[in-house]
Amino acid sequence: MLCDICRKNSATVHLTEIVNDKVVEMHICQSCAKARTEVFQEQFNISDFLGGLLDISDSQKKEEDAVCPLCGLTFANFKKKGRFGCAGCYEAFRKQLLPLLKRIHSADHHVGKTPGKPLMRADGEEKAKELRDRLERAIRLEDYEEAARLRDQLGGLEQRKSQG
Amino acid sequence: MFEEFLNNKNSWLNGLGPLSGIIFSSRIRLARNFNDYHFPGHVSGSRKEAILKNVEETYPAIKSLKGCAFVRMENLDDIDRRFLLERHLVSQEHIVSVKGKGLIVSGDERIAVMINEEDHLRMQVIASGFDVSVCWEMVNDIDDEFSRLFNIAFMPDFGYLTSCPTNTGTGLRASCMMHLPALVLTKRMNKILEFLSKISFTTRGLFGEGTQALGDFFQISNQVSLGLSEKEIVDNLTAVVNQVKDQELEARSVLMEKYQTSIEDNAWRALGILRNCRLISSKEALAHLSMLSLGMDLGIIKNINRGVLNSLFIVIQPAHMQKIEKLLLKEEERDRARAEILREKLKE
Repeated sequence: MLCDICRKNSATVHLTEIVNDKVVEMHICQSCAKARTEVFQEQFNISDFLGGLLDISDSQKKEEDAVCPLCGLTFANFKKKGRFGCAGCYEAFRKQLLPLLKRIHSADHHVGKTPGKPLMRADGEEKAKELRDRLERAIRLEDYEEAARLRDQLGGLEQRKSQG
Repeated sequence: MFEEFLNNKNSWLNGLGPLSGIIFSSRIRLARNFNDYHFPGHVSGSRKEAILKNVEETYPAIKSLKGCAFVRMENLDDIDRRFLLERHLVSQEHIVSVKGKGLIVSGDERIAVMINEEDHLRMQVIASGFDVSVCWEMVNDIDDEFSRLFNIAFMPDFGYLTSCPTNTGTGLRASCMMHLPALVLTKRMNKILEFLSKISFTTRGLFGEGTQALGDFFQISNQVSLGLSEKEIVDNLTAVVNQVKDQELEARSVLMEKYQTSIEDNAWRALGILRNCRLISSKEALAHLSMLSLGMDLGIIKNINRGVLNSLFIVIQPAHMQKIEKLLLKEEERDRARAEILREKLKE
């Protein structure tokens, strides 16, 4: 079988790619495969990809300038690298992060284990406390949209608790 | 270093676990970070060294890591680093820019903890065959012990905080290395790959991120790490891998029904080449080993030990060849040494 790209060498590499849910098969030679991987690597890297995901949601320009007070990473820099600088970045970029996590994981809330308390779900009392803390903070920062969302979550949680 | 790994009788590579013809190995890794330090990608080499030192001094207190070796990646030569990569004990990323990077590894190679890879800790447990929940139990214990000794980066709503948001939450990646020659031969693999990506599972090649599916091996793992509990992730992977295994078995019976003679011919030819070759590349060897493995599972070829065969998939890799020969080898010399080992291990 001849190479699909150069039509000179025999095809020894069989590539399968999924483009828009469609499978594309290619049979190419060693050297075209190498060239192709390099092109592909240039085109795609995870940070560009993550940055791209953020662009869609990020309408407020000032969020770009957010800085993590602990490690000094700017949000613009996170978008470029796709990596956080420290644990503090999660709090510093919380607002921009929520839609991003939703896109990656279809969820924005942890339900797995907790350090020191294996296999306990982070809900119940602990979750209510955390929601109350965030609600207070949102009110302090006059972020009423977020505050309303947290109030509803807290209400739901308390209702579930009273129903047993 | 690591010569003893080559003669490891208990290693997960020896392929004696449940269903090890189709499911080569199971693995779980957890990503964890310390609250007190910036993430490894955001600190200097000397700062990384301080983190490494801290872990080196503290890990002997961890019972589940008793008897493990502590290795500084910097102190290894290139062949030793690649050797660890081929044995799935470190990642591609861990063998470049090695300053301040470390590894804790158990003698049976089931446990490996990378220090200062993308996250401060990447702990993994591997099992032979299909045994994801055993991996989870073991790695969960190691994690509990680490979190008693270190201040682990965690928030109740986001879970474990990782360098990359694709690992946030549980920080857990569960995977199975599957050998799926019949799905490839019957051209059904593409449908399976499409389906897996739709349900948020990732497929990679034999050596992880960015590698091709050599020798019909596919590593299937979860993509989502947030919003599901560890047990849910493990159960989901188990269910998906079971499905894929059933598909492979179904494809195998179709092959035997319709193309029995041709499959027999291919399997015996593969064994013929492996037993008689004098020069062979790792790629060609992988293809024949894959066919031989299928022939064994279908009962066409008997009298070959599954453990020997499964370990050959790893042993024929370039750094292993050089480790065995105790020499730096050029490509052609490697091909010769590889042919020799295959003839020796598979002789009648």
